[in-house]
Formats: sequence, C-alpha cells, structure tokens
Amino acid sequence: VQTLRQTPLHDRHVALGARMVPFAGWEMPVQYEGVIQEHKAVRTDAGVFDVSHMGEIEVEGPTVRDLLQSMLSNDIDKLEPGDAQYTLLTNEQGGIIDDLIVYRLDGHRFLIVANASNVEAVYGWLKEHELRGSDVRDVSGDYALLAVQGPHALEKLELPPAKAFTWAMGELDGVEVMINRTGYTGEEGVELGCMSDDAPALWDAVLARGVTPAGLGARDTLRLEVCYPLHGNDIGPRWDAISSGLGWACALGTGFTGAERLREIKERGPERKLVPFRMTEKAIPRQGMTIEGGGEVTSGSLSPMLDVGIGLGYVPAAASTPGTELVIDVRGKPRRAEVSKKPLYKKES
Amino acid sequence: VAATESYPADLLYHPEHDWARIDGDEAVLGITWYAQDALGELVHYEPPDIGATVSKDSSYGEVESVKAVSDLISPLSGEVLEVNQGVVDAPETVNDDPYGDGWLIRIRMTSPEEVEQLLELEAYKNLLAEA
Repeated sequence: VQTLRQTPLHDRHVALGARMVPFAGWEMPVQYEGVIQEHKAVRTDAGVFDVSHMGEIEVEGPTVRDLLQSMLSNDIDKLEPGDAQYTLLTNEQGGIIDDLIVYRLDGHRFLIVANASNVEAVYGWLKEHELRGSDVRDVSGDYALLAVQGPHALEKLELPPAKAFTWAMGELDGVEVMINRTGYTGEEGVELGCMSDDAPALWDAVLARGVTPAGLGARDTLRLEVCYPLHGNDIGPRWDAISSGLGWACALGTGFTGAERLREIKERGPERKLVPFRMTEKAIPRQGMTIEGGGEVTSGSLSPMLDVGIGLGYVPAAASTPGTELVIDVRGKPRRAEVSKKPLYKKES
Repeated sequence: VAATESYPADLLYHPEHDWARIDGDEAVLGITWYAQDALGELVHYEPPDIGATVSKDSSYGEVESVKAVSDLISPLSGEVLEVNQGVVDAPETVNDDPYGDGWLIRIRMTSPEEVEQLLELEAYKNLLAEA
C-alpha cells in the first residue's frame, strides 16, 4: 500500500468539508460544495485551487540555457528574467513526457513547474542529460502553489493587471509570494507560489478576500471548456506533439529532442489529430470511449457553462475539420457529436 | 438546494442504495439520499424505454454526475410503465428531492414476492452504518 502524500493545506481542505480523493499519489480535494458551483464561481467571480501537488524543478548554472534549449520544445532564448513560457519535454519520437511552464528567474536560473504525476520523469530525464555547469534539483517539497482564477481574482487580491506569462515577486497580506500570470482555466488570474510553511497563511488570506475554494473537479471541467490538454489524458508519450495540436509550442529549429521526427510529421501531416467536440445528442462523453471510424475520447465531461457533453479526442485527420459529425460509442449506444473550434466555451463579450 | 439526509420509513430499500414505494402491483423506484450524495450533483439520467423489462438486481438505466457514471440497480422485477421526464430534463431534481420529485421509474411488478427480500428502514440504516 502506497501512502498518499498531503499538501501543506490538507487540514484546511478537511476543515472545509472537502471530498478528498487520491490523485497522482496525492490526497487532494475534488470538491468542496460541488463541482458545478465551484466551476461557475471561477467563471463569474473568483476561485482558488490548491495545486501544491505540482512539482517544481530548479535548473541553475552557466550551461543551463544549452541544457534547456536541447531538451524543451519551445525556444528558451525568448525568455527574459520575469518571463514564463509553455513548453514540452519530448522524447526521441516527439512524444510528450510532460507539458511544463518554465519561468526564467535570472540569467542562469530557471524554475520548471511539472505535473504531479510526472515530476520524477521530468527530473530524471533532465538529470540524466545534465551538462557540466548545470545543476538540476527537485525542489517540489519546498513550495506550495495556489491558483487564484476568475474575472474578479485580481480585484480581490488587489493586484494590477499584467501581461500573461510573466512573473514577479510580491507580497500578499504579509506572505512573500511569486506572482505568476499563468493559469489553467481560461480566466484572468494568477498562480501564487510560496514557501510550504507559509501556505496555510496564504490560503486563509485568499479566502478572507472572498475567493471561493475550488477542487480538482472544477479545475478539470474549466480546462476542458477552454481545450487545454491534460497530460495523461489528452497528451502523453504515445502521441507526438504535432498530432496533439501543440506544434505552436515547438520551435523545430532549435534541435530539441524529437524535433526531426516532429518536422517529418508536420511536413507529411499527422494521421490523427486531437480535436475538441461537443455532443449534438444528450450524452456525456468519457475518457476511453470509441469514436467511430478510428478515434478515441481522451477527456469528456458535461460542460457546466454550455450544459452539453463536451470532450477532446483523437480522430483521423480527414475528420478533424470543425463541423464534422462524429459518432461516439456511449456504453454501447451510438451518440452524435460535432467537431468544434477551440475554445469550446468563450465568454460572451 | 441539496436535500438533508433522510430515509423515509414507508419505503423499502435495496443494498445498492435504491428505494421502492409499493402501491398494489406497482412500484415507484429511485435512489437514496446516500446514493445521490456519493455521486454529487446529477447532470444526466439515461432512463429505460417505457414497456421495457427490468430485473431485480440488474441495471435499468444510468445516472451521471460531472465526474462519475452509476448504474441504476432495480430492487424489483417488472415492466416499465412510466419514466420521470422531469428528471430527464432536470437531473438535479434527484439531489433536491430524492424520494419525491426525484423518483426515476414506475413499474408493474412481475414477481411481487420479491418485495419480501427488500430491506426495511432499520436494516438499511444498519447497512449504511457499516459502510
């Protein structure tokens, strides 16, 4: 029996009556009051997620730029200190070991935020390829991470707007925080990094400012509505980054691991593509369901905002155009869906 | 608004957290407060067809929350006379009122003697206490 790890906010979640579930080796809150309610709080007001289970890897040294440029798919040279970037760690086939956010801390120091279930794989891969003059350290235990997201998130935290994919050090109600202009909901907001010991004080301060606690259930439906892929569901080592629709995060000219293979796939055109879809019949698609004609659902749920079944899945390239009808096997019953444009949900302006 | 926990004494219960309200040779079926609480807010009800046959201890339909799918287990055998369209249109009705407006199907029993095998309130509560 493997013991589940707990974040520094475990007692806070239990005190709020959260339903705790195992997730990627951690005991995490899936919901407090209800997934739909929390989802709507983030879309219309502001919600806070404990994402301290995510991993942090610090890479430092005079050769760190060379290490990261050869390992990560996006162009690391585009980052100045204070910038952040979405990037992929890829294998020789162009498959995705993990999707990451890399923050440039200073000239020779970067912080990489990895998915909880992949921290060891990412750390191991970078450590194995470590160059003389670059030091790779797993510092996941040192930090907690709170995502505060929603149209009123900044106002409630009294933070000024800032460019997406930037970060700055700051302070919130006495707690020193790294303020990252990143997120996984499609809403405005920040991800706040702090020392693990400070996490309960930061959590209390955010709640005191009228932000609704939200669990991993809402985090999943929010990201699905805006078509952000989830590693382990929609992207992973068995699919290449081009087929997964992440070519925009691949600077093929930098020569990172798998870049040659990805260039071939890009030129030839992928056989299957990851597409968003919505049900045109009443049914909820689920991960693992078959799409007629050689496809597979990789994520599915009811959209709390649209009130229809939505999902992501791989379909043959010929069936990947928005508007194409799909038929999904919903536990033996054929149910119709339609390939959509990204995002599935967009705020009315 | 989610209902508060309750288990009416006039119902009979099945260990899979379903209830039956017997009326002559007919029965109305639904799921208990415990079942709806474990699932969370329901967002989809896949009912059987009217006229379909349901068998004791077998699935007659499905309910889904955002995160989970659950089979509906029939406490009794019979023929489906009516499906609650209100729950098809608004599945959260089951969370709001699991024993009233949140009923799921009405059947004509084909083996009324099966009623004897269902749990009375105290027996069902004992089962919940062990869960």
